[in-house]
Amino acid sequence: MSTYTSTLGGRHYRFGSLARLLAAASPERSGDRLAGLAAESAQERVAARWALADVPLTAFLAEPVIPYETDDVTRLILDTHDTGAFAAVAGLSVGGFREWLLAADTSQLAALAPGLTPEMVAAVSKLMGNADLVAVARKVSVVTAFRSTIGLPGRLATRLQPNHPTDDPAGVAAALLDGLLLGSGDAVIGINPATDSPKAVRDLLELLDGVIQRYAIPTQSCVLSHVTTSMDLMERGAPVDLVFQSVAGTQAANASFGVTLGLLDEAYEAAKALGRGTVGSNVMYFETGQGSALSADAHHGVDQQTVEARAYAVARRYDPLLVNTVVGFIGPEYLYDGRQILRAALEDHFCGKVLGLPMGLDICYTNHADADDDDIATMLTMLGVAGASFVICTPGGDDIMLNYQSASYHDALYLREVLGLRPAPEFEAWLDSIGLLGEGGEIRDVSGTTHPLTAIGRELAA
Amino acid sequence: MTISQEVSVDRDLWPSLRRHTQARIGLGRAGTGLPTHHRLELQAAHAAARDAVHSPFEPDVVATALRGEPTVRVRSAAPDRLTYLQRPDLGRRLDPADRAHLPVGEWDVVFVVADGLSSRAVHEHGAAMVRATTALLPTAWQVAPVVLAEQARVALGDDVASAMGAEMVVVLVGERPGMSAADSLGAYLTYRPKPGVTTDADRNCLSNIRPPLGLTYETAAAKLAGLMGRARELEITGVGLKDESDHMEVSERLL
Repeated sequence: MSTYTSTLGGRHYRFGSLARLLAAASPERSGDRLAGLAAESAQERVAARWALADVPLTAFLAEPVIPYETDDVTRLILDTHDTGAFAAVAGLSVGGFREWLLAADTSQLAALAPGLTPEMVAAVSKLMGNADLVAVARKVSVVTAFRSTIGLPGRLATRLQPNHPTDDPAGVAAALLDGLLLGSGDAVIGINPATDSPKAVRDLLELLDGVIQRYAIPTQSCVLSHVTTSMDLMERGAPVDLVFQSVAGTQAANASFGVTLGLLDEAYEAAKALGRGTVGSNVMYFETGQGSALSADAHHGVDQQTVEARAYAVARRYDPLLVNTVVGFIGPEYLYDGRQILRAALEDHFCGKVLGLPMGLDICYTNHADADDDDIATMLTMLGVAGASFVICTPGGDDIMLNYQSASYHDALYLREVLGLRPAPEFEAWLDSIGLLGEGGEIRDVSGTTHPLTAIGRELAA
Repeated sequence: MTISQEVSVDRDLWPSLRRHTQARIGLGRAGTGLPTHHRLELQAAHAAARDAVHSPFEPDVVATALRGEPTVRVRSAAPDRLTYLQRPDLGRRLDPADRAHLPVGEWDVVFVVADGLSSRAVHEHGAAMVRATTALLPTAWQVAPVVLAEQARVALGDDVASAMGAEMVVVLVGERPGMSAADSLGAYLTYRPKPGVTTDADRNCLSNIRPPLGLTYETAAAKLAGLMGRARELEITGVGLKDESDHMEVSERLL
């Protein structure tokens, strides 16, 4: 292993490996401290960044942060690396790469994506300020489609998340109506079920499919269950649109989720074979988030942001419709407060986008973290400027199943209004066709009037 | 039907729909924002949840509600709440001094009632779940004294079961408080847990035990006891053990 050194303020700093250097260069966060990987002082952190700026990008191909022999995610990263695409930046150091990214245009960034590894983008993000992360991500366009088209410039899609703590169909339907009337659901109508039992998951899938078909909504449903449950249900003919799975950046962390790359390969093929998309064939929905590898004690001494970026290599293999970093979900032991959550959100979004993924975010926090609804507003605004493909929305920002706070449907309306963003084109046309779109393209407030969609609710109320 | 009648029908819709869910639906709008009273209600709920996280665990409350069932009290290696919140590794390990107090035996199962992130959930539902579940277990099963664990996370149960020689552990833990539920209990079942080796994928989870709004004790206990029987038959819990009825899950998002 190489060693990396720098001198700052008359003091000499030495980092014993690329993984050590990356960890020390990372912005302050509680998870790296918990793992014993964080820089010991503010000065050591900056010294690490000076050293990192001089590291050639080719070093990341020569020195994997987790050995090739022991980790299938490392093998995936190196075996699928596109050296032709990499040629554009192959002669650069990490510091030079930062400047290249800031100056690059949209088409250069798109051409480069297959030539980048997660470690390269994680490294360069550590040299970037929050504004840099926004500026570069904003230029990247990643477009995917199933029944709606996600990721077009000037568009912001939302996941309508009508969760219920006991999966009560009436409760789910009531929340579904609320979200639709607020113009939400073009990225996906997605439920986190309280159970992973195939029967309960199937009931929810059929409920969502019924509403989508009845009102001809150009969107897709997902009940976020384990990939094995989805495979079982697909075999039995259940209406599965998207296959969901939580993924992480190491083989061992994925094992703690009960998944392997082989299992994901099988699920991907099965979902594609169903051919349920109308305007596109991206069939996978992945969720990630900093801290999951550490939580599973499967981080191999790699800092949590670099491991998170490696999860995007797993996602990239399956041309997903949506990749959602659930940024503040796990808790303060990984991201302590609103400031750390914001930084992680911008890093994740940047890294995923630059690697070629349709990145969206669950901008969220738990009640044991030091954050509040003002942090949601700040993050939402920055991620909107950065061009996030979609955000997760819950009624009033309060998820009653997972017990955390996320953005609300109102927050998404705010973001679309202040930044002039519009829903996915197919969904926008549908909103117009059912009278939910105002003359200026805004979502009409129909809460006090009749609307055809309220038939969903009137049947429940009867 | 006149327009005014139509309007009144739909103004009445949301109250009737709210019977089906605690979700904050039909809040109305002021421009793209929330009406003021809803915004303040959300802030009040957030404040209550923040306070719940920091309320101390009182093992006496659970011990009293267990009405004479034998109990043992332990602490994790996390000395206080602030450390606990930032050091999950400490919350997963027993305080070494307490390990020696745990009774070793041929236990089929040990119940661990752990404060987790809401001692309120444990005070209100912990004892009732232990009683409801043990009532459904075969009489031949050796049930260990109930372990009451402070500053404890789910995986502390692995350490407890291993120290006591128990074949199976059920951790009843206070889930992190949401804004609509500060008293929700989770149940995690693990067969032959090994500290440091057992992963999240090796557990089965039942969440949102919180009658009357969440799962009732009777329903939760029936599912849990059924799963414990099958775990013993198949000698496994986690991804490999699916409940074909309903309401059991592999949690990917443990405390």
